[in-house]
Amino acid sequence: MKSLEELKRIKEQTLKDMDLRQAKDRGKVVVAMGTCGIAAGAKDALMAVIEELEKADIHDVQVVQSGCMGLCDREPTVEVSMKDQPSVVYGDVNDANARRIVHEHVQGGHVVAELVIKRGNI
Amino acid sequence: MIRNQLLICAGGACITSGEKSVKDVLVEELAKNGIQDEIQIIETGCMGACDLGPIVVVYPEGTFYQKVSVQNAGLIVSEHLVKGRTVAELLYHEPASAKKAQTSEEIPFYTRQVKRVLRNCGVIDPLSIEEFIARDGYFGLGKALEMGRDEIIKMVQDSGLRGRGGAGFPTGIKWKAAKEATGSPKYVVCNGDEGDPGAFMDRSVLEGDPHSVVEAMVIAGYAIGAATGYVYVRAEYPLAIERFDYALRKAREVGFLGHDILGSGFDFDIEIRIGAGAFVCGEETALLRSIEGKRGMPSLKPPFPAEAGLWGKPTLINNVETFANVAPILINGAEWFRSVGTLKSPGTKVFALAGKVQNTGLVEVPMGTTLRELIFDIGGGIPDGKKFKGAQTGGPSGGIITADYLDLPIDFDSVKEIGTIMGSGGLIVLDEDNCMVDVAKFYLEFTVDESCGKCTPCREGTRQMYRIMERICNGKGHDSDIEKLKSLGKVIQLTSLCGLGQTAPNPVLSTIRFFEDEYRAHIEDKRCPTHVCKRLLTYSINPDKCVGCTACARQCPVQVITGEVKKTHSIDVDKCIKCGLCYEVCRFGAICRE
Repeated sequence: MKSLEELKRIKEQTLKDMDLRQAKDRGKVVVAMGTCGIAAGAKDALMAVIEELEKADIHDVQVVQSGCMGLCDREPTVEVSMKDQPSVVYGDVNDANARRIVHEHVQGGHVVAELVIKRGNI
Repeated sequence: MIRNQLLICAGGACITSGEKSVKDVLVEELAKNGIQDEIQIIETGCMGACDLGPIVVVYPEGTFYQKVSVQNAGLIVSEHLVKGRTVAELLYHEPASAKKAQTSEEIPFYTRQVKRVLRNCGVIDPLSIEEFIARDGYFGLGKALEMGRDEIIKMVQDSGLRGRGGAGFPTGIKWKAAKEATGSPKYVVCNGDEGDPGAFMDRSVLEGDPHSVVEAMVIAGYAIGAATGYVYVRAEYPLAIERFDYALRKAREVGFLGHDILGSGFDFDIEIRIGAGAFVCGEETALLRSIEGKRGMPSLKPPFPAEAGLWGKPTLINNVETFANVAPILINGAEWFRSVGTLKSPGTKVFALAGKVQNTGLVEVPMGTTLRELIFDIGGGIPDGKKFKGAQTGGPSGGIITADYLDLPIDFDSVKEIGTIMGSGGLIVLDEDNCMVDVAKFYLEFTVDESCGKCTPCREGTRQMYRIMERICNGKGHDSDIEKLKSLGKVIQLTSLCGLGQTAPNPVLSTIRFFEDEYRAHIEDKRCPTHVCKRLLTYSINPDKCVGCTACARQCPVQVITGEVKKTHSIDVDKCIKCGLCYEVCRFGAICRE
């Protein structure tokens, strides 16, 4: 390495790998991973959300898992709570719906009305 | 695609409490559940809360799991990572409350700390130079190489950084002297010969963030005009040596060591020297002799190492923690460094909390923090509702801070005024059960052992002091012993060749100063008020309370307790070895200890 520019490049590159460890304060996406959720495909939803956020270069939204929310017949369920906005719970979140939620709600700020089960905190 | 990162503390304490096998279980469970490609495991340096180890932190949530064992590590995978359920039984909760902390930000031990030296410890993978760079690593060096040498030294001077090894000598003045000294080649030396019993600040930095020391040494080399650096680490720190050596190789590979560093035309390289664990080699002149391959013995100062150090050449020698402070000063400036701490002791200090305190481990706080905050707010107070008696700072070279000074802001100068020293940061908490005479004797025994024998006051004087302490603890003290200890101690302080001898009497003199009545009880009444000094104890059985259960007689290792079942027992005092087992097993409080 012969320059500060190179040093900065390594820093930027590695920060992406360390992204999970940084504070994320723009919002949170919670994927319910109870037995019911997993059986209904919550794992696919989880990975789809992570992948889409990564593609969109969004690093200040936390993706976490939770246990069963008690809405077993609408699994997989995903709760999106962006900062200073009431949280929204979505049902029947398959891979495609998960990607849509990231695009429209997280990125665009518009709730995906037809998938909503509940608005406001559970 | 990685969805979670598991940070496992791989500091010395966590490794000892089973971190490696916990990691194996996690790896195995991840594979069993088929999620090994989604979860990344990273081993970090010391996270500080050593009594809670092994520690596993799950990101992005930051969930803090403590005391993880081989038996329950699997739950982190099957519950948290597969089903999204926090494993409640592994969360930390305050002893006094039932509320469980989800993340380290909810644990008082962490929230009150200011991490500058330990900025990367427990946060990054110490084997990853990239992660160090991502946390602004080597940017201080980059900046330094664009600055003038005098400008760097002025910045270090303006910051007011003082040597963290114990004496608190202004670092900038050392750098300036080394730069201005004539003679070539010059050397940079890092003192990692941490020898205080119970202290492990430097080890944790070398293990958890080795590049911070490498970077600072290169900066120092550039500033004073040296091309070679040596890191002196004790052989008892194999993991620190291994990780530091790895860091050196990586730094060489990337080009932070070697020829033409960052295209500046400056050459510098570092070698490791392994010490054989002699306490005196923490003294800088003895350390330099040891690096030269000679016997580790101190020499008179002046000449100071800055003028005539390694092989008689100008040498800059700083401690590990001092070096770890350097790069952030260059990046953020002297004013930033002064923004915490006290006027004459700016910055933070790392302490190794040990002894009779709830939360033991490594803590970093601003200079000027009081002992009360350290021991009660961060340390969680004294276990079992016992009373605080004092805290030993500076290890065998320091003294006691008593309850009267709990609210004294601690910095280099304030502790000196009450007869102790800051030292390298070892802080041993003592409670009402500790005998101060016994504590002082323990430290003195250490320095008697570690005295190199070169000068008479230290070699002979400390031994004589120890003999007096021994007879006091054995009930054979003379009335004049306290005066004798004081005058002998004074002479040793004034006439010893190096810091080891000059400070060796401190624990004795400081405990005499604050606990003279305890010494008097040993000498005049032949009594140890805390029942620690065995020779001064007598065990007997109170016939009113003894029910003849035979528990004590069965436990007595020398079988000197006699008596029939359901009848009063008695102890043959002459044959009793005073082990105290009977006292512990008696459920009726019938054993008297006086």
